[in-house]
Amino acid sequence: MTSARWKSILRHLVLIVITLATIYPVLQVIGISLRPDDRLYSTSLALIPKGATLQAWHNVLFEKPFGTWLRNSLFISVVVTLLSITLASTAAYAFARIRFRGRQAGLMGFLVTQMFPATMLLLPTYVLMARLKLIDTPAGLIIAYVATALPFCVWTMKGFYESIPRELEEAALIDGLTPFQAFLRIVLPLSTPALAITALFSFMAGWSEYIVARVVISSKGLYTLPLGLADMAGTFQTEWANYAAGSLLVCLPVVTLFILLNRFLVSGLTLGGVKG
Amino acid sequence: MAADSSRSRLFPWLLVGPAMLVMALVVFYPFVYNVGIAFSDMSLRTFRNPGFAGFRHFIEIFTTSPLYTILGKTVIWTVVNVTFHVAIGLSLALLLNGPVKGRNIYRALLILPWAMPQYIVALTWKGMFNYQYGAVNLILGRLGVPPVSWLSDATAAFASAIIANIWLGFPFMMVICLGGLQSIPKEMYEAADIDGAPAWTKFRRITLPLLKPVLVPAIVLGIVWTFNSLNVLWLITEGGRPANQSHILVTWIYNEAFTLYRYGYAAAFSIIIFLILLGFSILFVRQTRGTEAVY
Repeated sequence: MTSARWKSILRHLVLIVITLATIYPVLQVIGISLRPDDRLYSTSLALIPKGATLQAWHNVLFEKPFGTWLRNSLFISVVVTLLSITLASTAAYAFARIRFRGRQAGLMGFLVTQMFPATMLLLPTYVLMARLKLIDTPAGLIIAYVATALPFCVWTMKGFYESIPRELEEAALIDGLTPFQAFLRIVLPLSTPALAITALFSFMAGWSEYIVARVVISSKGLYTLPLGLADMAGTFQTEWANYAAGSLLVCLPVVTLFILLNRFLVSGLTLGGVKG
Repeated sequence: MAADSSRSRLFPWLLVGPAMLVMALVVFYPFVYNVGIAFSDMSLRTFRNPGFAGFRHFIEIFTTSPLYTILGKTVIWTVVNVTFHVAIGLSLALLLNGPVKGRNIYRALLILPWAMPQYIVALTWKGMFNYQYGAVNLILGRLGVPPVSWLSDATAAFASAIIANIWLGFPFMMVICLGGLQSIPKEMYEAADIDGAPAWTKFRRITLPLLKPVLVPAIVLGIVWTFNSLNVLWLITEGGRPANQSHILVTWIYNEAFTLYRYGYAAAFSIIIFLILLGFSILFVRQTRGTEAVY
């Protein structure tokens, strides 16, 4: 066999081993969701338990307002994603390309917001939201989640912009485009991989978040998926199976989104126009 | 001309302003509020009407708390976790960047730890580390390794939480690296191939330096988040078991604030965490020139 073939076999071997180790705990969660008796732990290594039942999946999907939770969560996460991408892609462009006073301090400012232990911010966040009349509104959650997502998104976009040669924009400016047009038409289309990452991250910022949601939202009609699942856990006999099934349902949209975004994370796109 | 130059001076602030406004709105008030609490004696008894405590909490932290022991554990927790996150994430991104059969299936499965709600996976890992019926010991047993008391021994409990947290965190770094790899022009590798550069040289001279602008922020944030990550360690060690030995700084604070209701003390402690991370980040960003471009 050729060495290229050996390399490919080795690559798959490594990938398969890591993938198996990665999905094993997930398979366990699937197993829990199928257990007929409500137990979190079992002595068996079998992934599909004896007397497996889909009862928990039925409970989550049909006995509870799963659709409402899903709709609320989707609405919030989609708005958070759009807002974060818009705010981060513009702010990061200034940080990457323009030398202005306060630039370094501004960049560090975004990092600094991540350093305070989040649990200690819960109580004041509640007070703040109450003063802004944002308690029990989706808007309150959206603002909180955008603020969670922005620091990462700004820094990642900034890093990516810097890897795009400046010559492209300079040529556009000479052709008569305004700086903002150059950004919109030249730089942004070349940044799809970074936009894909920040989109996924912003979506995740609120998707399975529980603690802030618990503080801000109280009406059942506004429950997001994590709130709904936690609420549901207490109302059935088979608490753990339900929770496991619900968690698996929660991660499906994320995986779907990632699969959709994957086309932007594939090598082959080259930076046309400028030869290194 | 004057109008033009003032417009161009305004331009960066028009771009940066909205994002900064959101951050200021959500972060500024809670931060100031916390600083206030840190100098008060707020606890369950004095919740409504806390008195002034001055530097009492800070003095207590530096004199009577196990600050340095816990800080040491926090550093180990952070360094081990982030090192593995980056190493595994980067390796997988490199393996899955080119044309590989089944690439999208591998990727979709490998992102699962990130996509799952943390609560359920942390408890699942805890079950897997159980002495009698946990999958880890059952699998070790089949391989002829004697069972390890993962959760009742202090070192092993800490290690269990680290293993679970590594599992949880590498997909994020993998996705970052996949994105970063797309910014590297193919021509660079082609040129290196013509020069006959070996793979390792290409990795060190092309891949790593050009990944830097995306990877450095991810590493800084990864360190900050891991330093302050509560869930996994708290759930797996059931709040610091055995004997309150499995603590990092945030779990210690959480215990003080929400089990013992010493808000003032916990707020003071969180300011110390903040200052540690601030100092570290400034040094790290300066050292790696993280705010500057590579070219």
